[in-house]
Amino acid sequence: MSVMVVRKKVTRKWEKLPGRNTFCCDGRVMMARQKGIFYLTLFLILGTCTLFFAFECRYLAVQLSPAIPVFAAMLFLFSMATLLRTSFSDPGVIPRALPDEAAFIEMEIEATNGAVPQGQRPPPRIKNFQINNQIVKLKYCYTCKIFRPPRASHCSICDNCVERFDHHCPWVGNCVGKRNYRYFYLFILSLSLLTIYVFAFNIVYVALKSLKIEVLICFFTLWSVVGLTGFHTFLVALNQTTNEDIKGSWTGKNRVQNPYSHGNIVKNCCEVLCGPLPPSVLDRRGILPLEESGSRPPSTQETSSSLLPQSPVSIPYLRNPVPISSHSPFPLNFPSPTPRQPLIYFLSV
Amino acid sequence: MATEVHNLQELRRSASLATKVFIQRDYSDGTICQFQTKFPPELDSRIERQLFEETVKTLNGFYAEAEKIGGSSYLEGCLACATAYFIFLCMETHYEKVLKKISRYIQEQNEKIFAPRGLLLTDPVERGMRVIEISIYEDRCSSGSSSSGSSSGSGSSSGGGGGAGSR
Repeated sequence: MSVMVVRKKVTRKWEKLPGRNTFCCDGRVMMARQKGIFYLTLFLILGTCTLFFAFECRYLAVQLSPAIPVFAAMLFLFSMATLLRTSFSDPGVIPRALPDEAAFIEMEIEATNGAVPQGQRPPPRIKNFQINNQIVKLKYCYTCKIFRPPRASHCSICDNCVERFDHHCPWVGNCVGKRNYRYFYLFILSLSLLTIYVFAFNIVYVALKSLKIEVLICFFTLWSVVGLTGFHTFLVALNQTTNEDIKGSWTGKNRVQNPYSHGNIVKNCCEVLCGPLPPSVLDRRGILPLEESGSRPPSTQETSSSLLPQSPVSIPYLRNPVPISSHSPFPLNFPSPTPRQPLIYFLSV
Repeated sequence: MATEVHNLQELRRSASLATKVFIQRDYSDGTICQFQTKFPPELDSRIERQLFEETVKTLNGFYAEAEKIGGSSYLEGCLACATAYFIFLCMETHYEKVLKKISRYIQEQNEKIFAPRGLLLTDPVERGMRVIEISIYEDRCSSGSSSSGSSSGSGSSSGGGGGAGSR
């Protein structure tokens, strides 16, 4: 009897994630949908540096020092690495609440506020918490059906709640949040240094040979990028996000003081730039069970999947699907007698 | 241990999900990951208060360890920065190591404490670190328990313990 091996295409969780993100490399890369300005950023950096290395470095390495292009190359590589890290990583997206959880929260809200009659607008859903003797309000996100943690915000472009949301940056083609803020900061810092460096040597070189376009790009980039770096250095020193600064969350005499600041610039810098790095909770490359994958055709790179239907069948975010039969609903990791059975999530029947 | 597994496997066949309880995050210490130790009334008849609180406090301790800002985390951060974060291609972060410890702890707690009482803890990392989900099972064999019905807490509660409808 011949054995036929059928290769089934696995569906990974990133294909079913709600929100308006683009995924590449089978879920390893996560970006916003609009990437045009990111390509422009890449073009400007690569273009300027190519011109610098091709023309000026050859002259300057000979005339002045070979260390000039070496240092420039290091700065360039560091900038590119941090840019790609910022653009491609999960900024700290908070997965949406599953139907059970959403219903539980709704019940709690109704218990607190009372049921709202039909046709009337429900009151804004806010929970108050005290952090370090300051009252902080938690807002309810209607899209994600969760109470947003403090400092989190919903990005309307990517349609996700992001922890410690700073801003959505079109130049890097991604949101900047808890998980990629340090990469963003190091990117703009290294890019500032690179721009100043290249500009300085442009001035040296342009006296002899004119390459005005490069000087022009550098000049404009200099002011904008260096200015931005200065602004974010200020934010890092005070442990604030751009979002909080724009909204004026901690300024003004009637507002609370920033409860997340340690009061010490060095401590704030250390925490933001060198603190522990939380991993992504999205589990983009986790494998979805066959039942989930069979219901929708798998998408290739773009995903526009909305939240899965509100049936108790859909539990898409479990990390370790356990092989169980339909008769034994306990999803504990006990050895299954037939490991080749299709993976069926525990269903709340 | 073998008999325990045998009993749990039998329990599996006869259990059905009654409801779920969600332990929310506690933000009183800032944005670090901590869960509320308040004992939910649905678990009143299922597990001792002290055991539950001990589990949640241990979990909180683990998360505090993962997010601790100190010498070792700074070193890790600086080393990673110096290598342009390429070092994370071959090294696991401290946070990830602690998350693995937490997974093992939760599995152990499920096996030893929660499953014998017809409960199941779900690792918070599978819920985006928002909640600790505790699934409450009703024994199908026991009389008086109504069918599992919907998984949400709303709607009619099941008979016996774990009555979530009483709000």
